[in-house]
Amino acid sequence: MMLSFFDQFASPTYLGIPLIALALSLPWILYPTPSNRWLNNRLLTLQAWFINRFTQQLLLPLNIGGHKWAMLFASLMIFLMTLNLLGLLPYTFTPTTQLSLNMGLAVPLWLATVIIGMRNQPTIALGHLLPEGTPAPLIPVLIIIETISLFIRPLALGVRLTANLTAGHLLIQLIATAAFVLFPMMPTVAILTSTVLFLLTLLEVAVAMIQAYVFVLLLSLYLQENV
Amino acid sequence: MADKPVPLAEKRLMDVKLGELMSWISTKDLSPNGIIAAVRRGHDRYYNKYINVKKGGIGGIAMLLTSYVVLSYIWEYDHIKHDRWRKYH
Repeated sequence: MMLSFFDQFASPTYLGIPLIALALSLPWILYPTPSNRWLNNRLLTLQAWFINRFTQQLLLPLNIGGHKWAMLFASLMIFLMTLNLLGLLPYTFTPTTQLSLNMGLAVPLWLATVIIGMRNQPTIALGHLLPEGTPAPLIPVLIIIETISLFIRPLALGVRLTANLTAGHLLIQLIATAAFVLFPMMPTVAILTSTVLFLLTLLEVAVAMIQAYVFVLLLSLYLQENV
Repeated sequence: MADKPVPLAEKRLMDVKLGELMSWISTKDLSPNGIIAAVRRGHDRYYNKYINVKKGGIGGIAMLLTSYVVLSYIWEYDHIKHDRWRKYH
């Protein structure tokens, strides 16, 4: 049976239930709902602090109309970050490595920002297609370029998340295999490889959080233009 | 002096003998609402014992994550068993 390094991204099924169902429901289970007590337990306090800080930072550049999206951005950020971080545990499945899921998140949200812009302020939304101060001969070319860049945004959002996570997981698996195979033959090289693996894992933890943040940040930027 | 015999449906899980396990489960409320209520009860017990305490430590979440890893291993076993003593990965 032909197995390759990419098999870790195939969606595993057991007794007819795909693992992705468990992986997608886990962020829902892991975070406790805030209670109405004044002093909560540690987990709840940490969680509330983080969400408040993050939402405050994210909503700084948005005007009042954009604040309607606060809950969506906060929950999206927590969801993506949890999915990414949980995928770093051994034997787990990362749903965000599936392009279908990321496109399913990116396209509707991007389309929502565009439609909101076109409905509420069509002139301003179309005006974003032409940066200020362009010389007159360049205008037609620039309009075309800006339109293309507008339509590439959902693609970029989805593919960026997928590619970053997939590449990270693949690297971890490759380097881990190398270290494992080298260990009986050349222990010194194996130790060096293990160090690289450790550093890479740290990087992956960072990437997991950063990618979620970037996703939501870009969405908020697109919203800022249009709302 | 022997205890009075308790009807099967009213026994707690730890008192049920292994042989009677299936018949004990069949006496429980297995409708979707019943299952959801049981899951909620289990969740509340776990939450109030390990997480909703003044000085909760890492143990509460660590147990959850470890059980998730173990579950994922069971889920992917059919796929992983090919990796055991392969010559070329």
